[in-house]
Amino acid sequence: MSGEKFKAISAADFFYKNKEIAGFDNPVRATYTIIRELVENALDACEQYSILPDVRVKLIDEGNSIYRLRVEDNGIGVPYEQVPYAFAQILFGSKYTLRQSRGIFGLGGKMAVLYGQITAHSTVKVTSSQGGYEKYTYELNINIQENKPIIKRKEVMPNPSRWRGTIVQFSFEGDYVRAKPKVVEYFKQTSIILPYATILFIDPDGVIYRFDRITETMPKPAEEVKPHPHGIDLEMVQRMINSTRSSTLVDFLANNFHRVGVATALNFLKSIKFKPDMNPKSLTPKELLTLVNKMKEYDGFQPPDAQCLSSVGPELLRAGIMREFRPEFVAVTQRGAAAYGGHPFIVEAAIAYGGEIPITPPDELTVFRYANKIPLLYDLHSDVTMKVIKKINWKRYKLDPATMPLAFFVHICATKVPYKTVGKEYIADRPEVEYEIEWALKTCARQLRMHLAKKEKAAFVQRRLSVFEKYLPMISQFAAELAGSPNPPNHEKVLKRLQTHAKEIEQRSVVQVN
Amino acid sequence: MQKRLNKEVLSKLTELGIEVYGQIERGEFPRIKLPIRSTSNIIFDEELKQLVLGPYKAERTASNIKQIRSLTQLLWVASFAKKLVEEGKSSTLRDLYYHSLNYGIRFREQLESDDTVTDLEALLMEPREAFNIFPKERSSIFGDLTIEYTTPETHKGMRANLSSNPDGVMIGLSVAQADFISCKADKVFVIEKNAVFRRFIEERVYERFNAILIDTAGQAPRLARLLLRRLNMELGLPVYLLTDADPWGMHIAMVIIRGSANAAHLRELTTPEAKWVGLWATDIKRFNLPSFPLTKLDEERIRLLEEDLRYRDFEWQSELQEFKKTKRRAELESFSAHGLSAIVDKYLPKKLKMVSEAG
Repeated sequence: MSGEKFKAISAADFFYKNKEIAGFDNPVRATYTIIRELVENALDACEQYSILPDVRVKLIDEGNSIYRLRVEDNGIGVPYEQVPYAFAQILFGSKYTLRQSRGIFGLGGKMAVLYGQITAHSTVKVTSSQGGYEKYTYELNINIQENKPIIKRKEVMPNPSRWRGTIVQFSFEGDYVRAKPKVVEYFKQTSIILPYATILFIDPDGVIYRFDRITETMPKPAEEVKPHPHGIDLEMVQRMINSTRSSTLVDFLANNFHRVGVATALNFLKSIKFKPDMNPKSLTPKELLTLVNKMKEYDGFQPPDAQCLSSVGPELLRAGIMREFRPEFVAVTQRGAAAYGGHPFIVEAAIAYGGEIPITPPDELTVFRYANKIPLLYDLHSDVTMKVIKKINWKRYKLDPATMPLAFFVHICATKVPYKTVGKEYIADRPEVEYEIEWALKTCARQLRMHLAKKEKAAFVQRRLSVFEKYLPMISQFAAELAGSPNPPNHEKVLKRLQTHAKEIEQRSVVQVN
Repeated sequence: MQKRLNKEVLSKLTELGIEVYGQIERGEFPRIKLPIRSTSNIIFDEELKQLVLGPYKAERTASNIKQIRSLTQLLWVASFAKKLVEEGKSSTLRDLYYHSLNYGIRFREQLESDDTVTDLEALLMEPREAFNIFPKERSSIFGDLTIEYTTPETHKGMRANLSSNPDGVMIGLSVAQADFISCKADKVFVIEKNAVFRRFIEERVYERFNAILIDTAGQAPRLARLLLRRLNMELGLPVYLLTDADPWGMHIAMVIIRGSANAAHLRELTTPEAKWVGLWATDIKRFNLPSFPLTKLDEERIRLLEEDLRYRDFEWQSELQEFKKTKRRAELESFSAHGLSAIVDKYLPKKLKMVSEAG
């Protein structure tokens, strides 16, 4: 043995030592991240079970930069015996399936709890029920070195109202005063993309931010899906082999991968000259590497299916934008399913015009980015959406972001969002994603251009009418004077002709707008 | 004559009103057909020997949003003109512009209302003087001519001799429309500038050449042209035109003889028999006159005139060629270099002889 000592560290220990990578670098950022992570867990607990979300958040200033957060949801609830693991053990519950969700493994939430424990010596108090006759409360800490939950207290109480949901409470060191703009912005943007959610936030100053649901329609929940062979890596396949019960390679492939059936698996194995009936556990490391590389390259697999994704949909997206900005017009579009590196994704976009949307200087465009229904509030200028907005020649659509009240909305939903960093703040410019965003925005731009053209025409007709109303009586009067007639001619017929024409044009444009 | 004209104008204006009145009553968009006044529709009439409007007309209609304003303006000017004629009053272009402000007829500037008056002239085929609208006057006349005023009512029947004022008498509507009673002169000299006009009076040119003198002060105003035509046609006086030797002076003479593009819609303003006696480009050498180089603007003007239909005759073309060759111009005053009266003593007799020999 050499002099160096290798020591295994627990996952909790690892995150403790590297807390900045998950967005906990300073009290301001931590305040925002903690609220966001817990709200996202609350929303996931509702949406994945088609429950209309009702999320209440309260932040209390306890003095000395310590804040206490309380997040309550009406979600599915956490089973009694799983509460300690769900809230006080990092990386609990990992599975080898993929699903579009806000966070993976609930990691962010546990990080938040961990952060509270180390900055404010706080335990986390969790009350939950799945709607049965009992509800239960735990007070938990994390044993950082061993990554195990420490149960400080637990209590089971009767639940006569059959309440269902989860309440999480803990304290942490933060800075709400400086985090406030981002926090409020986060709630506002979240409500835009979730018009079917009721969200309430009471801040430490007692200010209530309330976003009531305006629709009871919800998008279908995301489904779990097996990994697509194009989106895997060596480690992942190794683990899957370790836990598989399949005794042949062909069964292993057909049972564990998205879009791979027995026929496809046989064709694939034949093309790489692997025996279909060999036991996957008998693969040598070299063979395993070959298998994984070939899986990534093989073009005989069907592209990933986006059925499993949960997009917001044009109607809901429009409703959310209407509620927040009351714009004159919203152009909304949803692109068809696409895929990058074995991960299916769908891009939805909208451009809103007028109403309460401000006119902004060209370097401060009003852009709203969402990934799996999470608003992205940081690093706009590094984001692929911004790159696309800068690239599009808006003049072609008779739009000018510098002088017109425009707001851009882009939502990417995917089993795996191509974030550029661990901080989950902006999307990398993968060509497939860039292409979809570009065409989504261009489609919206085209709709908006048509709307504006119609509006312009209607305005023109109205203007024309007012010009006539001004000049026609004069023409009548002068004609009467010239003709030597005591009374001017009746010009109502001419005006009526014009008014009918004007109404027709206006109606036509209104029909198209709605 | 004045009365007859007025009646004709009145009936034309009434007709216009009845036409538009009917269109509105029938629920049609009011519209008027106007002769096009742009150069593409201006041609040279061989018989009249002047520029006239061609056959093309354009409709000005209320159904076109861009035309409804100018249609309204045109009808207002027409109704304003009708009032003037009915009440026997007169107005100037400037006065009309100010009047329009009372009616909510927004003319952007006087140029626009002037232009609308010209539209009405073209529509009625009558000069604006026929409906009692006049420009600012600046031309004058001097000579042994006795006239009797026919207008306005206040001066009707009064007589005047046009040599009574040594400054000359302004040619306004009253002078231009007066009846000629007696005339001792046997010719008319037209001079383009006041300085030379005064010199001619001081040098007794009216006596020595037995001439009526007219100062056009630049391009001859319409009333001056009307009066010239009457002197030429009614009294049979030959008309001689004196201008600077440059393309601008030359064109003053041309407009008197063959009319202007601006008034192509009007007849009976030209004096085709009038003679341009100088200064010609060739006179600069002939009389050894002090001269100046042509400016760029002068040269451009010459190029334009070369193309002009009115200038296609040999004499006019050769003068233009001379300008192009010598690139020099001279003014009427340049004769002063040969002595105060040189223009009268030497130049005029010689040029009149040349012209009469050629004619």
